[in-house]
Amino acid sequence: MSPDSLTFIFINTILANNFVLAMFLGLCPFLGVSGKLNTAIPMGLATMFVMLVSSLSAYGVNLVLVALDIEFLRLISYIAIIASSVQLVEMTLKKYSPKLFRSLGIYLPLITTNCAILGVALFQTFKEYDFTQSLVYASGAGVGFTLAIALMAGLREKLELSTMPSVTQGAALSLMLGGILSLSFMGFAGLGG
Amino acid sequence: MSSAQQPGSEQLAQQPDSPSTKMILVLTGIAMLSGFLVVLVAQLTAPVIAENQRIAIEKAVVKVIPGATTHKEFYLEGGKLVTEKQQQDSDSIYAGYNAGGKLLGVAAKAAAQGYAGMIYLLYGYDPSCECIRGIKILKMAETPGLGDKIITDKNFQANFDALDARLDAGNKSLANAIVTVKAGTKQHDWEIDAISGATISSVAVGKALNESAQRLMPQVLPQLHVLEQSEVTNDANE
Amino acid sequence: MTQTNKNKDAITWETFSEGLWVNNPVFVMLLGMCPVLAVTNSAINALAMGLATMFVLLASTILVSLLSDYIPKQVRIATYIIIIATFVTIIDYVIQAISLDLYNALGAFIQLIVANCMILGRAEAFSSKNKPLKSIVNALGMGIGFTFALLCLGVVREVLGAGAIFGIDLFGENFQPWVVMILPPGGFLVLGGWLLLFDWIKQRQAEREEQEGRANVA
Repeated sequence: MSPDSLTFIFINTILANNFVLAMFLGLCPFLGVSGKLNTAIPMGLATMFVMLVSSLSAYGVNLVLVALDIEFLRLISYIAIIASSVQLVEMTLKKYSPKLFRSLGIYLPLITTNCAILGVALFQTFKEYDFTQSLVYASGAGVGFTLAIALMAGLREKLELSTMPSVTQGAALSLMLGGILSLSFMGFAGLGG
Repeated sequence: MSSAQQPGSEQLAQQPDSPSTKMILVLTGIAMLSGFLVVLVAQLTAPVIAENQRIAIEKAVVKVIPGATTHKEFYLEGGKLVTEKQQQDSDSIYAGYNAGGKLLGVAAKAAAQGYAGMIYLLYGYDPSCECIRGIKILKMAETPGLGDKIITDKNFQANFDALDARLDAGNKSLANAIVTVKAGTKQHDWEIDAISGATISSVAVGKALNESAQRLMPQVLPQLHVLEQSEVTNDANE
Repeated sequence: MTQTNKNKDAITWETFSEGLWVNNPVFVMLLGMCPVLAVTNSAINALAMGLATMFVLLASTILVSLLSDYIPKQVRIATYIIIIATFVTIIDYVIQAISLDLYNALGAFIQLIVANCMILGRAEAFSSKNKPLKSIVNALGMGIGFTFALLCLGVVREVLGAGAIFGIDLFGENFQPWVVMILPPGGFLVLGGWLLLFDWIKQRQAEREEQEGRANVA
């Protein structure tokens, strides 16, 4: 499969170069919201939505920046786009699903500082992806993120029912789990190559 | 954002909501200040960064073209070698000269998907032997200790002392495609002995070199005189 | 009321030391995780990242603290982010000018400093509510604590995963490096290990204090 092909980009971003487990992006929500499966999945989907919106807007903005030769404003403009997309999602959720809005709590506005979203925008610019490639890249990143956070939530829910030494409660446990998940995802390296 | 019942937010809650004009003014002011700062720093650092990049490329070119001491960058656009870059995605061709100003060879970039990501490398082509004389890995994400042996393994590097890359009779492609073969089975000069245990990374290097050489060398080699002449012209201008 | 205000503005040892241990941004508050795992595969990368983040933290702290009285509360987060993004762009150029090798090693994570929740969190929770000098002292403590945490990880990962420290070979030719330590899973595991250690120390301290408390009562 050619590294530029859409299928490759999609599968690679979900598995071999998973944003959370391989590239360390999006860790705050990964460690913070992965306690329960039914908050983790909506969080993942909300993040994916913001990723898509930001990715497409970033692509457009980058064209403008390059045309006007003001590329040093890239970071600031991308962050502005992401902040606006998050506002959009917040307002939509508040209107159509207030229960979900409340259960996600502070983590919803925190999507703005989710490095995964900025990462998607920055990396697609560095890799010089075109429009469809960026779209697929952002979708893959979103699916990969949701996959990772869902796996983590499932594992943590299971672990709540078992006895563990008290010192491991909290973030240490999540990190160890993350390490094992990351290790297993390493097995996907070379997929499609 | 919702403010919880904390001491700090009592202060905030007591402030009246500012009129929209004030908000816009503040935002614009901050944006202008930040724009000014960024432009200032960008201007100050631009020459230093350009020089750093030039030195980095020169080090790489000098490594892949044995005997070279300086380089000059050209661009392949529409089949022609030019000194000014006009198109976004034109290939860079680096001419390597020795201390006396004689053209020793050309260097170009190559890339292919390795085990863990793209491998980017620079290779040097010597027209006098029609072979590749050296490679330098520019960027890669291969597994340290395994895939990164393409940088450290001396036997692997020896593949590129004189890698046969001559053009075929029609001068349109390589006479023999560069290909990576299993470790220890190299028979021809255009083959690369893979590193055992790092096959995918080794194969990627071969793929990258083949793709780039097949595409660029038939276009560059007939125009070598352009590279030689430019050096002379530059000396006259300097 | 005046009493509280005077204490509030006082710069104490706690102002500085808060970020070093008790409220260490990485080990306690779990903020700014992304760079912690991504660039700590070697000690020099960890140090450079820590210093770059500290620069952004200090610079934005100063500006936020100075301007906080003039920023309307509805747009404060947006303003903080613009300020932080400005200094991140600046340090991005500065690092490119200092060393291209370092820049390539740190990669996109320099720009990702802007998404470091620690910087935005401190701006919102501290710098916007305190005088500049006090904010600077606190930010210094946080920055040093952050760099310390990064170094903890970077040193361990480099020693185990590459047999070197700051590029200096430690064990010689025959050392078989524990390669996974410089790969992503290693980052997770080493940080988890440090957290386990610190939590265990804290638990022991709490137990000891409880025992002493009981002994005092008895």
